[in-house]
Amino acid sequence: MSDAAVARKIPTIGAVAWLRANLFGSWVSTAITLALGYIVLRVGIAFVDWAFVNAIWHVPYSKTGIAETAVCQNTKGTGACWAVIVDKYRLILFGRFPYDEQWRPAVVIVLFVALFALSTIRAVWRKGTTARWVQRVALAGAGLIVLDNAVDLLLIVASVGFGVHISDPLAPVLEMLNTIGKCGLVFGLLLLWPAIGVWVATLAVIFMLMSGGILGLSVVPVDYWGGLPITLILATFGLAFAFPLAVLVALGRRSTQMPAVKTLCVVYVELIRGVPLISVLFMASVMFPLFMPPGINIDKLLRAQIAVILFAAAYLAEVVRGGLQALPKGQTEAADALGLTYWQKTGFIILPQALRLVIPPLVNTFIGFFKDTSLVLIIGIFDLLTMGKVALSDPPWQSFSTEVYVFLAFIYILFCYGMSRYSRGLERELNSARGR
Amino acid sequence: MTRFARWGIGAPILAGLFAGVLAIGSARADGSGSATMDATRAKGQLACGVSGQVPGFSLPDSQGVMRGLDADTCRAVTAAVLGDAAKVKFVPTTAQNRFTALQSGEIDVLSRSTTWTLGREGNLGLNFAWVNYYDGTGFLVKKAAGVKSAKELDNATICVQPGTSTELAIADYFRVSKMKFTPILIQELSEIQGAFLSGRCDAYSTDASALATFRFSQGPKADDLVLLPDIISKEPLGVMVRKGDDKWFDMVRWTFAAMIVAEEKGITQANVDTFLTSTDPETRRLLGVEGEMGKALGLDPKFAYNVIKAVGNLGEMWDRNITPMGVPRGINNLWTKGGLQYAPPMR
Repeated sequence: MSDAAVARKIPTIGAVAWLRANLFGSWVSTAITLALGYIVLRVGIAFVDWAFVNAIWHVPYSKTGIAETAVCQNTKGTGACWAVIVDKYRLILFGRFPYDEQWRPAVVIVLFVALFALSTIRAVWRKGTTARWVQRVALAGAGLIVLDNAVDLLLIVASVGFGVHISDPLAPVLEMLNTIGKCGLVFGLLLLWPAIGVWVATLAVIFMLMSGGILGLSVVPVDYWGGLPITLILATFGLAFAFPLAVLVALGRRSTQMPAVKTLCVVYVELIRGVPLISVLFMASVMFPLFMPPGINIDKLLRAQIAVILFAAAYLAEVVRGGLQALPKGQTEAADALGLTYWQKTGFIILPQALRLVIPPLVNTFIGFFKDTSLVLIIGIFDLLTMGKVALSDPPWQSFSTEVYVFLAFIYILFCYGMSRYSRGLERELNSARGR
Repeated sequence: MTRFARWGIGAPILAGLFAGVLAIGSARADGSGSATMDATRAKGQLACGVSGQVPGFSLPDSQGVMRGLDADTCRAVTAAVLGDAAKVKFVPTTAQNRFTALQSGEIDVLSRSTTWTLGREGNLGLNFAWVNYYDGTGFLVKKAAGVKSAKELDNATICVQPGTSTELAIADYFRVSKMKFTPILIQELSEIQGAFLSGRCDAYSTDASALATFRFSQGPKADDLVLLPDIISKEPLGVMVRKGDDKWFDMVRWTFAAMIVAEEKGITQANVDTFLTSTDPETRRLLGVEGEMGKALGLDPKFAYNVIKAVGNLGEMWDRNITPMGVPRGINNLWTKGGLQYAPPMR
C-alpha cells in the first residue's frame, strides 16, 4: 500500500473526483479553468448588477401621460431600465389589438402553448375509434363545408369573371350548414384521431378568439392583430401545412413512374429555393393584388401565410428526401416482395424510418422558420420582433433598445429551446431500438 | 315527374337570384356618385393606410391606439364620410407596398408622410388631395459648436443616410452655396444617431420633423442639441387617393379645407357646439346650419361639424401630435400667420 493516491486519500468517485478529472487534470487545464471561471464570474456579476441590482422598474409620468425617463437616462450603462417593458409589454405581446379585449390574444398564447405541450405526449397521437358511423359524420361535415365554399367561389367567379353580381339568397342557410359541417368534422376527427381533432378544434377556437364576431365577441380585423400571436400563428399553421406538403413533394421527386410529377416537384423545389423568402413575401404582398381584379382582396395575413407554407415546404421536402435516400434499398425491395401497395409500403415501411433519421435537420428547419416569420414586417404585418421595434419608436423610450431586445430574445429562446428539447427526447425514444 | 320536381327546387332559387340582381341594381342607383364612398358606407369602415412606426405621425401608444398627425388625418376623413371617427381601420403599410395597397383597393386613403412629387402623381394613378405637413431637409448640431446657421457649416462632417433624398439635397445645397462638406454615410438609424452623439460628425441631416423627434427623445439632454433654422429642400407630405373617383378626392380635400376654416374662425373641438347658433354666414354654412355644402360633396350636411367634433381644427391636430415633439409650426401655420395652409371659401 505504498501508492501515493491511497496515502493522500484521493477519492475516485463523486464531485471532487469529477472536478479533478475534468477541470483540474493538469496545470494547463487548471489555468484554463481558472481563467474561464474568472471571466464567467465577472460577466455574470456584471449582468446581475445590470439586470437586477441597479435596474429601474418604474418611472414617473407627466400629467399628459408621457413617460419621464430622466432617471433611466442617468443609470444608462450601469442599470437596466425595465420600465420600458413594464410600460410596453402589452403592446409588444399583443400589438394593436383593442386594449380592453387583449385577454383574447393572451388566451390564444396560452392555448398555443397548451397545444404544443399536449402534442409532446405520444399517447395523444394514437388512433381512436374506427366506428363506421363516426367516419360518416366526419365525411358529411367535410362535405357541407366544401359545398358552402364551392357556392361562394362560384359567386365570386360570376361577379369577377362575368360581371354578374348575385346576392346569394341561400347564404344564411349555407352558412348554417357550414357551421354544422365544421362541428361534425371536428367531432368525427376527435373520435377517429384524437390528436388531429384536438389540433383542428384548438386552431378553430384560436381563430374565433382572434377575429371575433360570434358569441358576443367584437370583430377585430386582421390589421389589428400583432405581436406574439402573429408569430405563433404564422409558424404553427405554416409548419403544420408545410410538413405534409413537403412529404408529398419529397416522394414525388423520387418517383420513377411519374416523370411529369417528378419534374413538377423538382421545378417547385428549385424555384422556391432559388429566391429569398423576402421576395416570395413581397410577391404575395405587392404583385399578387395587382393581378387580381379590383374589389377582390385576399387577406394580407392569408397571403403571407400561404407564402410561408410554400417556402417552408420546399426546404422541408429536401430534408425529407435526404431521409428517403438514406434508407437502404433492401427495405423497399422487401416491402415489394411482401406484395404491399405503394401507399402501404410508404406509410408503414419507408416514411417511419426515413423521418426518424432526419429529426435533427427537420427541427433545425422548424426553428429557423419560427424565427424567419419576423420577415413579414416588410409587408406591413407586425409580429413580435416588429412590435418590439414599434415600442422603441416612442420618443421617450428610443434609447432603451437593449432592454427590449433582451426581453424579445428571452421569449424566442423559450420557444426555440422548447422545440429542441422535445426533438432530443423524441430522437432518444424513437432510436432506442437501434441502441440495442 | 322528375322534370317537374327539378324545377320545383330550381324556380325559387332562380327567383331569388333575380331578386338579388335587382336589389343590387337599385342600391347602385341612389348612391353618392363615388364608388369608394358607397363601398365605405356599405362596410361601415374606412381603410386608411399609415406607417405605424413614425412618432408624431402614426405610432401606437402603450395601449395600441394609433396616435399622430397622419392617424388623426384618417380619423378626420372617416368622420366626414361615416360621421364617426371610430369607424376608421388603420392599415400599417411599408414604404414599398403603400402605393400598391391604395391601387388595389386594400386601403381607400393613404396618409403615410408621402412626399408630393410630379413623378408620383403622374405615374402611379394616384392623386395628392392635400398636404398635411410641409417638411424639409434640416440640420441638427451640438449647442457647444456655437453654429447658428447652415451657412456656417463650411468644411463640416455631416452624418446622413445613404440613398435618401437628403443626401442629394445637401450635395446640391453645398454646391450652390460654394461650400465643402464631408459626408459620413450610415444606413442604420440608431447607429447614425449614435455617431452624431459621440461626435463623429459635426451635424446630422435628415427631414426636420425626424430631427426634432430625435432631439426630443434625448430627454434632459435635448437642450444640448440645436435644430438650425435653415430648411434646404421641399418635402410636402400629403394625403393620397386613387385617380378616377373625383368625389372621393373632393371629400378629402374639403375635409382639410373645413379644418382650416375652423381654425381661422376659432372653432375648436371643445367649443364647436356654441358656434351652432352663430350668425356668421360662413360659420353657419361650415357647420351645416344653413346651405347645402355637405350635400354637394355627397356627404352629410354636418360633415364639418363631425370632423371638428372628432379631431378638432387643423391647429389642434398639430398641437396634439407635433408640438410635444418640440417642432415649431413655422410654414405649417395658417396663411394669416405666415404659413402655407390656405382654404378656398366654403360657399
